[in-house]
Amino acid sequence: MTTRVFEKWYREDRLPHIFCTGCGNGTVMNCAIKAVEEMHWEIDDTIFVSGIGCSSRAPGYMSTDSLHTTHGRALTFATGVKMANPDLNVVVFTGDGDASAIGGNHFIHACRRNIDMTVICMNNMIYGMTGGQGSPCTPVGKISTTTPYGATEPVFDLAELAVAAGANHVARWTSYHTKELTRAIETGLATEGLSFIEAMVQCPTAYGRRNKFRKATDQVEWMRTHAILLQKVRRLEEEGKPIPEEHFAVGEFVHRQRPAMGVRR
Amino acid sequence: MQGNRACCEGALAAGCDFFGGYPITPSTEIAEMMALKLPKAGGTFIQMEDEIASMGAIIGASWTGARSMTATSGPGFSLMMENIGYAVMTETPCVVVNIQRGGPSTGQPTMSAQGDMMQCRFGPHGDVATIAVVPSTVQEMYELTAKAFNLADRFRVPTFVMSDETIGHMREKIVIPEKVDIVPRKPLLKGKLPFEADEDGVPGFAEFGRGHRVHVTGLTHDERGYPDTTDPEVHEKLVKRLYNKVESKRHEIADYDAVNTDAETVFITYGPCSRTVRQVLHDHPDECIGHLNLRIVWPFPEETLKIFANAKTFIVPELNLGQMVREIARHTTGEEVLSMPKIGGHIHTPAELYAAVEARK
Ligand SMILES: Cc1ncc(C[n+]2csc(CCOP(=O)(O)OP(=O)(O)O)c2C)c(N)n1
Ligand code: SF4
Ligand SMILES: [Mg+2]
Repeated sequence: MTTRVFEKWYREDRLPHIFCTGCGNGTVMNCAIKAVEEMHWEIDDTIFVSGIGCSSRAPGYMSTDSLHTTHGRALTFATGVKMANPDLNVVVFTGDGDASAIGGNHFIHACRRNIDMTVICMNNMIYGMTGGQGSPCTPVGKISTTTPYGATEPVFDLAELAVAAGANHVARWTSYHTKELTRAIETGLATEGLSFIEAMVQCPTAYGRRNKFRKATDQVEWMRTHAILLQKVRRLEEEGKPIPEEHFAVGEFVHRQRPAMGVRR
Repeated sequence: MQGNRACCEGALAAGCDFFGGYPITPSTEIAEMMALKLPKAGGTFIQMEDEIASMGAIIGASWTGARSMTATSGPGFSLMMENIGYAVMTETPCVVVNIQRGGPSTGQPTMSAQGDMMQCRFGPHGDVATIAVVPSTVQEMYELTAKAFNLADRFRVPTFVMSDETIGHMREKIVIPEKVDIVPRKPLLKGKLPFEADEDGVPGFAEFGRGHRVHVTGLTHDERGYPDTTDPEVHEKLVKRLYNKVESKRHEIADYDAVNTDAETVFITYGPCSRTVRQVLHDHPDECIGHLNLRIVWPFPEETLKIFANAKTFIVPELNLGQMVREIARHTTGEEVLSMPKIGGHIHTPAELYAAVEARK
């Protein structure tokens, strides 16, 4: 498949986009488009929904019907769309702050209801759009404008949260792992119920710069070297061994068939 | 029939097919009845996790073409404000019922009040114009709820049913009309941009899933729906249009009863206070006491004040510390404007109101 095929999913008349050079969001958008294309979804049956943040600007560049809503509330709007018309394919783009801080309540309830939609969270571990404040996903010790001495609060593990709350399909990859990410999104699109895909992304402007990543690629390289396959993490846990510091699990956290809502009639 | 039930029946008759809500006294019966009736009528009921979510859900549903609605009271209404502003900016038709109770805060859950009249007008941040209907009888609850859907679709604005505990929980006989007029949403025509307004200031609706490929955003946007957040002209043009499409039509939207129009002393009321004034007029049939009952308070129908050409005094009883009276005073030309505020949960007695008339003799 050539990139030409994907172009129809983008609004050329919206270019140039607002993302900084080196931002990881575009990579995730391409993976998502590749996945919907693989699913043979139609542009006119597909709705992209988002909240507020850099990540949430994604739907604005896509040639489908799209709903760019209020900060943290994307899942509530998406719930209305999908429950009112289950024949539409609904994909939500959200950020770590959007999904887990202001939108945390909606996040767990959307997972619990297991509404038939795919939620892609671009986790850059920071509030990108507002210039780099700490989020519930900013790791302990990392610098943001509101954690100038290093973040002190424990972080949310969004994937584990989605599993606990009831989502049918949950995976985490990074903007380095484009093949795996695309496949995870595709599986998500094909799964009845809520699929939650956490995509760790670099944010050179608001996160990398303050946290000793000189270039965007340094942060991508960090993600490559610090991502551990979930199976390995589980093995370490079983063996009672610690997970190396600053490392995180990637892979498929759950894939199941709990009853779902808003499934195509 | 109970007022809250009449609200549901009116909504269903108007073709409401999506309800998202969260329980709160004294509006809960509406959600309960919709849960019972909507699925059987082919619609969708969903109990959301809070009122912010309810508001989001009904906006999302509306973009699929649904006639969507929620119902709440003070605390929930406050939570809805950001998404109500979003509905204004994105021109999303929806109906929000507020069965008002005593506030601020949790206040008096089971008592009547009209304390949210200014909040429904100015609640969201930024300059907005919306529509608010207010029933004074159970019959009007039915009719005005149905009408609210038509207004919401016609003007593409959130439309409020600003009722209160008294009317919501009152039981009265009502006559259900054989058919309720349904004025459908004007669709987007080929060749038009999704936010390009027609003569009337309202663009055709680009329903999701119909190939319009519309981008909907609460950011300041151009006629294509694309964000343009720094051009002062784009912002001014958009927000003025959103404002004027409602405000400039206030005459057409107005809905009221004017009784004894040659009176010198005139009551202006909306909601339950209108009932007390009707009693005063009934008790004093030989006296010329004017009464303006407003069924639509926003946009404020300022022209209606001129109907009372001989008016020397406008008396405004309200179940708040004086809210609509300020709007009335703003549009009067020399007449005395007397505020009769009342809070605590009880409505005025006819004797209280009549005393104000007598004092002016
Ligand atoms: C109610 C509300 N509060 C605050 C904001 C300001 N705000 C805009 S984006 C944002 C944070 C976005 O962070 P995240 O969701 O992680 O997205 P990112 O920009 O990092 O992709 C905040 C706080 C807002 N728009 N609305
Ligand atoms: S601030 Fe960060 S997340 Fe936002 S566009 Fe720039 S690099 Fe991307
Ligand atoms: Mg972020």
